[in-house]
Amino acid sequence: MGRYVIRRLLQMIPVFIGATLLIFLMVNVMGDPIAGLCGERQCDPATEARLRQEFGLDQPVWQQYLTYMGHVFSGDFGTAFNGQKVIDLMASAFPVTIRLTIVAIVFEIIIGIIFGVITGLRRGRPVDTSVLLLTLVVIAVPTFVTGLLAQLVFGVNWQLIRPSVSPAAPFDELILPGLVLASVSLAYVTRLTRTSIAENARSDYVRTAVAKGLPRHRVITRHLLRNSLIPVVTFIGTDIGALMGGAIVTERIFNIHGVGFQLYQGILRQNTQTVVGFVTVLVIVFLVANLLVDLLYAVLDPRIRYA
Amino acid sequence: MRGAAHAGRVACAVAVVLAASGCGGASDVIGGPNGVVRSSWGDPQNPLEPANTNEVQGGKVLDMVFRGLKRYNPKTGKAENALAEKIDTADSTHFTVTVKDGWTFSDGEKVTAKSFVDAWNYGANVDNNQKNAYFFQYIDGYDKVHPESGQPTARALSGLKVTGPRTFTVTLSQRFSTWPDTLGYAAFAPLPRAFYDHHADWLAKPVGNGPYTVENYTKGSQMSLRTWKGYPGADRPRNGGVDLVVYTDNNTAYTDLVAGNLDLVDDVPASQLKNVRSDLSGRYINSPAGIIQTLAFPYYDKEWNTPDAAKVRTGLSMAINRKQITDTIFRKTRTPATDWTSPVLGADGGYLAGLCGRACDYDAAAAKQLIQRGGGIPHGRLTITYNADTGSHKEWVDAVCNSINNALGNDKACVGGPVGTFADFRNRIGQRKLTGPFRAGWQMDYPLIQNFLQPLYYTNASSNDGKWSDPRFDRLINEANADPDTKSAIRTFQRAEGVVRDRMAAIPLWYQNGSAGYSDRVSHVALNPFSVPVYNEIRVS
Repeated sequence: MGRYVIRRLLQMIPVFIGATLLIFLMVNVMGDPIAGLCGERQCDPATEARLRQEFGLDQPVWQQYLTYMGHVFSGDFGTAFNGQKVIDLMASAFPVTIRLTIVAIVFEIIIGIIFGVITGLRRGRPVDTSVLLLTLVVIAVPTFVTGLLAQLVFGVNWQLIRPSVSPAAPFDELILPGLVLASVSLAYVTRLTRTSIAENARSDYVRTAVAKGLPRHRVITRHLLRNSLIPVVTFIGTDIGALMGGAIVTERIFNIHGVGFQLYQGILRQNTQTVVGFVTVLVIVFLVANLLVDLLYAVLDPRIRYA
Repeated sequence: MRGAAHAGRVACAVAVVLAASGCGGASDVIGGPNGVVRSSWGDPQNPLEPANTNEVQGGKVLDMVFRGLKRYNPKTGKAENALAEKIDTADSTHFTVTVKDGWTFSDGEKVTAKSFVDAWNYGANVDNNQKNAYFFQYIDGYDKVHPESGQPTARALSGLKVTGPRTFTVTLSQRFSTWPDTLGYAAFAPLPRAFYDHHADWLAKPVGNGPYTVENYTKGSQMSLRTWKGYPGADRPRNGGVDLVVYTDNNTAYTDLVAGNLDLVDDVPASQLKNVRSDLSGRYINSPAGIIQTLAFPYYDKEWNTPDAAKVRTGLSMAINRKQITDTIFRKTRTPATDWTSPVLGADGGYLAGLCGRACDYDAAAAKQLIQRGGGIPHGRLTITYNADTGSHKEWVDAVCNSINNALGNDKACVGGPVGTFADFRNRIGQRKLTGPFRAGWQMDYPLIQNFLQPLYYTNASSNDGKWSDPRFDRLINEANADPDTKSAIRTFQRAEGVVRDRMAAIPLWYQNGSAGYSDRVSHVALNPFSVPVYNEIRVS
C-alpha cells in the first residue's frame, strides 16, 4: 500500500510538469498581455519596457517558464497585473470554490445515490421511468440555462434567496448555486448507480444474503450498495476536479468570486501568472482526488489489493 | 453513506455560524442622510494609484477619494476650480498655481503645493511604472524623467517649482492655452506623504482628500466608502457612503438590482435594454457621455494611404445606416455621429453637429458610386477587426457589414474579424499588420475638443493607431494649442476637424451614452459626462 502510494506520487511529477508547461505555452500563444493594459492607446515605449521587465516578459519563453517554476517551488506564485500577489488571490478564491464544490458533491452523493438506488431496485416501474426522463432533461439543458432560470425564479420572482452570493460566500448562500453546479453530474450519478445496482441485484451474493434472512435495508446498504458504488466513486472523484475548475459558468451567474472568476479574469487580461498558478493548483487537486479514488476502491472491495 | 450524512451536518453548522456573523453587516439597510448606496463595480485593472488608473472602474473610486485642482462639473462638463484658488498665465507656457487654504487629506495632513508637485513628479518618473505618465508630457523636463529608453537622468520635472506653501509654478515645453482645463483628470490629484512612506498600506486602503474615505477594501470583491465628516469642499455627499460590489457579469448585477439587493447599476446589459423601462418603472438614465465610436484605418498599408482611398472611406461611411443600427441594436443608447467629438462638449466646447455633412448620411447609391470611383475596396474585401470579449461589438460590426454589403449589392464585400481578447486586439494594432479597418472607441480624458483630436489624429500621437498623418492637421492643432483665446482656438480645432472629414481619417459611427438603472431606495441619480455616477448627489430614502 505504502509503496503504491509513493509510486503514484512520483508519477504525478511528470504529469504536473507537463500540464504546467502546456498551460504556460498556451497563455503565451495568446499574445502580448502588456498591450491590453493601456486602454485604447499604445503604451508609451518606456513604460511598456518597464512593465515587460517587471513581469519578466522580456525573456525568452523557456527562461520565463524556468524562473516561474523556480518561484513556484519556493511558494511564490508571482503578481497579477493589478499588483496583487497570486497567492493572495488563491487564498481568497479557493475557500469559496471549495465550499461550493462541497455543496455540489454533497448533493451529488445524497440525491444522486438515493435516486440511483430507488430506480435500480424498481427497474421499469413508473418511478424509474420518470426519474430517467428527468435526468435526461437535466443532462440536455446547459448549466447556464438552469442557473439563470433558477436565479430568476428563486431570486427575483419568489424572492427566496439573493440572486447573487455575497463576497463572504457562506454555505447557506451557496445551496442553490451548488445544486445548479451539481445538476448534470447528479444526473450521471443517478444513472450510474441505477445500472450498477440493477446489475448486482441479481448476483449470487445478494441472493445469499436474502436467503440468510437478512433484513432488506441491510442487504441493500451492506452488500448491494457497497459493491455497486465502485464506478460511482470513480466518477465522483474525478468530478471534484472538474467541478472546481469548471465552475466558471455557475460562478459568473451567481457572482461568486471563486476560482472560476479569477481564471476568467486572468484569461481575459492574459495574465500568465494568475492562470498558470490557479491551473497548477487545480492539476494537483485533480491528481490527488484520483489517487484517493483508487485507494477508496480497496476500502469498498477488499478483494482489491495494492502492492 | 455515513460519511456523507456527517458532511451534510457539518455544512449546516458552518452555515449557521457564518450566517450569524456574516449577514449582520451586509443587511443593515438604513435610509436617510446616513444611508449607504449599494452600487455595482468591476475589479480595477491596475493598482489604485491616481497616475496608474486609466479605466473607468478605478476612476470611479479616485473620483470619490480625491479632489484635484479642477473638477469637471457633473452636469456641464466644464472645468471648475476645486482646490485651485487661481491658475495664472501670461503666455500659455508659464503657469502660477495657487492652492486653496484649509484643505487636508483625511489622515489630517495639509494639502499644500508640495502635495501636488511630489505627486506629479512621482507620476512622471519612468521608474514608477505609471501608465498615465504621458499626462505630464507637456511639462518641461519630461524627457529627462521619462526618457524613451534607458535610465532617467533627473528625479523631478524641471518645469515644476514650489514657490510657497500654497503656490507653485509650472513651465510647459510648448504653448498650451487650455492646459489648466486638463487638470481635472485623476492623474493630477495631490498625494499625501503616506503614499510614499507606506506604499503597500496605502494601496490596501487609499487615503485622499475627497468627500469619501475608504473604510474597507477587499480586493476583487468589495469596497466600502464612507462620507468623510471633515470634508471641506462644497460638494459634500448627501448620503452616508457607497458600497461598491464587484460583479463579474453585468447581467447578475442587473438581476440583483431588479430583486432589490443593489441600488445602482451603471452598466445596463445590452440584452436588457428592451425591458429596462418596465423592469425599473422608469428609474433608468440614458444620458450622453464623452465617448465616440469610430472605424480607424491602417495608413501604414499603402493601399489605404492614397487619395483614391479617401473616396472609398467616404463611400463606406455613407454606406452605413447609423440610425437603423443605433435604434435596433443599441435601442437609442447611442446616437448617430455627425462629427468627430461628442455632444457633451456642448457648442461652446467645440461640438459641431453636422460637421461631417453628407459623408455621414446614409445614401446607398452615392456610396456605391464613390467606392467605385475610388477604385473599389483595397485588397478586394473589407475585414473589420474587433475584440469579441466585451461590449457586444460583434452585433454592431455584423450590422455595419450588412449595411455595407447591402449598399454595394455584394454579400461578401465586408466581414467581421473577431479577436478573442482585448489584449490581443491591441497587440495586432500595435504590430501594424492589419489590412482593413478596426474598431476604435475613444473615451475622453477631459472635456476638451483637443482631447478628441490630438491624441487620435496628430502625427505619431499615443492613440493614433492607424498612423494617420497630415501636415495641415498638425499645423492647425499647434496653432489652436498656442492660441490664448479659447473661442478662436476652438474654431481652429474645428478647422482641423474639417481636415479629418475631408480625408475621412476615421469613419465616425455613433456617440455612446452612459446608461444606469437604480432602485426605489435612492433618488437624484445622474451620470457625469464620463458616464460615472455622481455619487455625492445621491440621496437615500
